[in-house]
Amino acid sequence: MTIDPLQIIHTSDMADIALGGAFLGTGGGGDPYIGKLMAEQAIEANGPVRVVDVDTLDDDALIIPVAMMGAPTVMLEKLPNGKEAGNALKALEAYLGKTADAVFCIEAGGLNSTIPIAVAAAAGLPIVDGDGMGRAFPELQMVSLTMHDLQATPMVMADEKGNSLVINTVDNLSTEKFARVATVEMGGAALIALYPMRGRDAKKAILKGSMSLIKSIGRIIEAEQKANRNPVHELSTQLNGHRLFEGRVHDVDRRTEGGFARGTCTLSGLGPDEGASITLEFQNEFLIARRPDGAPLAMTPDLICLLDLETGQPITTEQIRYGFRVIVFGLPCNPQWRSKHGLELVGPRYFGYELDYQPIETLNG
Amino acid sequence: MYRIGIDVGGTNTDAVVMDGDTLVLGVKSPTTEDVTGGIIASLTRVLDESGIGADQISAVMIGTTHFTNAVVERRRMSKTAAVRLCLPAAECLPPMVDWPDDIRETVGGHFWLAKGGNEFDGRDISAIDEDELRGIADEIGKKDIDTIALCSVFSPVNNEMESRAHKIMAERLPHANFTLSSDIGRLGILERENAAIMNASLRKLSGETVEAFGKALASAGLSCPCYITQNDGTLMSADFVRAYPVLTFASGPTNSMRGASFLTGEQDAVVVDIGGTSTDVGSIIKGFPRQASTSVDIGGVRTNFRMPDVYSIALGGGSIVDLGDPITVGPKSVGYRIHTEGLLFGGKTTTTTDIAAGLGFADFGDPAPARAIGEDRLKTVWAMIDEMIVNSVERMRVSPDKIPVLAVGGGSILMRDTVGELPVVKPENFAVANAVGAAIGQISGEVDRIFSLEKISRDEALESARKEATEKAIAAGAKADTIEILDQEDVPLAYLPGNATRIRLKVVGDLNG
Repeated sequence: MTIDPLQIIHTSDMADIALGGAFLGTGGGGDPYIGKLMAEQAIEANGPVRVVDVDTLDDDALIIPVAMMGAPTVMLEKLPNGKEAGNALKALEAYLGKTADAVFCIEAGGLNSTIPIAVAAAAGLPIVDGDGMGRAFPELQMVSLTMHDLQATPMVMADEKGNSLVINTVDNLSTEKFARVATVEMGGAALIALYPMRGRDAKKAILKGSMSLIKSIGRIIEAEQKANRNPVHELSTQLNGHRLFEGRVHDVDRRTEGGFARGTCTLSGLGPDEGASITLEFQNEFLIARRPDGAPLAMTPDLICLLDLETGQPITTEQIRYGFRVIVFGLPCNPQWRSKHGLELVGPRYFGYELDYQPIETLNG
Repeated sequence: MYRIGIDVGGTNTDAVVMDGDTLVLGVKSPTTEDVTGGIIASLTRVLDESGIGADQISAVMIGTTHFTNAVVERRRMSKTAAVRLCLPAAECLPPMVDWPDDIRETVGGHFWLAKGGNEFDGRDISAIDEDELRGIADEIGKKDIDTIALCSVFSPVNNEMESRAHKIMAERLPHANFTLSSDIGRLGILERENAAIMNASLRKLSGETVEAFGKALASAGLSCPCYITQNDGTLMSADFVRAYPVLTFASGPTNSMRGASFLTGEQDAVVVDIGGTSTDVGSIIKGFPRQASTSVDIGGVRTNFRMPDVYSIALGGGSIVDLGDPITVGPKSVGYRIHTEGLLFGGKTTTTTDIAAGLGFADFGDPAPARAIGEDRLKTVWAMIDEMIVNSVERMRVSPDKIPVLAVGGGSILMRDTVGELPVVKPENFAVANAVGAAIGQISGEVDRIFSLEKISRDEALESARKEATEKAIAAGAKADTIEILDQEDVPLAYLPGNATRIRLKVVGDLNG
């Protein structure tokens, strides 16, 4: 598709970005609303944020991703004071003895799609047009940077009280484990700066164009909604997407296991899919879509998004209820995820499903 | 003994007398500017026409959109001080940050941030600083603001900080009134705080309104207690409404749906209310509307009240039908002008009602011009209308069972015997369903907070939530032996290790006496 490169982010762009972020949340990642308000405030106060193509950065440029870690539900109640992420960034700069040249968004889906924009505005830094997931994933080692052997640490976590921790670990999975525990002590949500990287590494390791993609998706959904059309057709055409199923939520079965909102959602077909049914498996995000005989239609790391049939509004795993009329929409993930290393990190087996990965376009040829 | 239900609408004030579960009589009177006049007129009529003495009435239940309208129209809201206990957290998004400018200006936009607040597990973010709060109270006093909204981080988990701040500030501002966010809202600080600020700004109006209701009852010779319905279809005492007027928001659709359920005797159903320009579809479960899980805007302000989940489409009895190619139905409507513009009434515009008439479904007007459209095209349009209704009913349907569809509203001529596979039931007396919905109100108690499952099991947490909600219901006037759980859900906190779960639980019981 022709995605217009996003070059600058004004407050007026934030609604589209939050909508695109909710879409790429693939059912999880938290509501981007708070991050959107934060970014709007920060841009209001400090001016718009410049978006840079990673290839135009120096090989030696220092790029630092910032993000929120923990429970989005907590952040809806205990709002940040606004300085945490900037403090984490500064503390990491001090630790490294270098100042950052650009900020980076590690997760293009959900709340984390909007927070780095607020940080970039406040710090007066540009944001790189890219991200580490191309969607939402639940754990911090699940980024393309891990595939390229970039270290998550040194990492800084900061809370609103002024506490900050520097973490150094032997591998990125350990970073996830230690940081997750510290998040609880920090009140259930912390702002983090991690994966400090050089321009030369970022050019290979990041998923490029994500900020432009988020904005385009948001713009398409918004424009189609305004024209009273379901955005699915336009999204399919523009993004190489697959309209996997059209149906009504027939059953939602939720379980809690180890801090994940897991569950299964059954859809019975409508319109072209009348008479058929499928199930969606989720663990915060939608991970597998399959037919009643077990045959998969799409699976992680490909994107499975649930959209309202009438409005095209993205629906989260927490919102799904009996009776919702929805379209299941699938998008191929970034090709980097389809490597052996990528599938070890975020493939179906990592999430406990006895399935070998098959690309969405093969399954829906 | 009898009960009286009253619905104060924008146009009409309706009143019904109920004898237990039986509707004795319903009347309509025009709503008056001062509200009181319309209530007195309806009360007097309903008592006179039913021949029931004022001393035989045990309670009066009133449903009103008065406070919602004040917010929507930005009228009669007082200057309000918002005080948030949160520092050092939550500075980045100050109170009223996402409000439309005009309503922020109406309430003055005054806010203060202070130390305090809790973490999700109950720990302090920081301790309260009494001198800081006294200083803020003095500044509020200097600005001549006498209504204050207090909101502390995670106060639904622990409301001690709000209560303490209230006590400290009230010593400095003895004549001010305080709204504590933990008394009216749930988790989600911006939404809860928004509700608290709107509530505080409506306290003066609620005082006057409750007084007016009291006077109206007295003028009609009634000395029984008076209750007002809240958004979930349950009742609040008049004193409670004086303190929490925002809890009446959206009680209109709730009363209408509950009234329809009561009048048909159907406890589980889809309610379709077809008006002149739009159709509202909602679901009734155990006699109560299913509530929306997403945030609801009131006058452009985001709140997280439990509102009935209503799906609206642009289809009404006055929707304009364009017979060109392709044929379209709505979204434009002639609205109330149908009586002059519709074909049925000698007008030139084809409406959905004309299509129904052309097919012989109307027993009024002159169907000849509509019949001239020709049976094929009439049937095509009818199928389109039917599909719109079927789709919205399917969307709101909450179970695969063949539950009935309750058809109400002036445009319900667009519904025949079935919607898809579901049977249609048209209640009699629907014109007074809102007042009936008010009259059958029950008393509720609700809990919504995060429980830690470190030391107790999930069942124990649910049990403790049930006990807490039951105690609240009894304190609000419910008969203990009639209390039952209406709604219960627990959602674990995602992306956190350890066991914390958010429990929402609501119980209802019959009104005492």
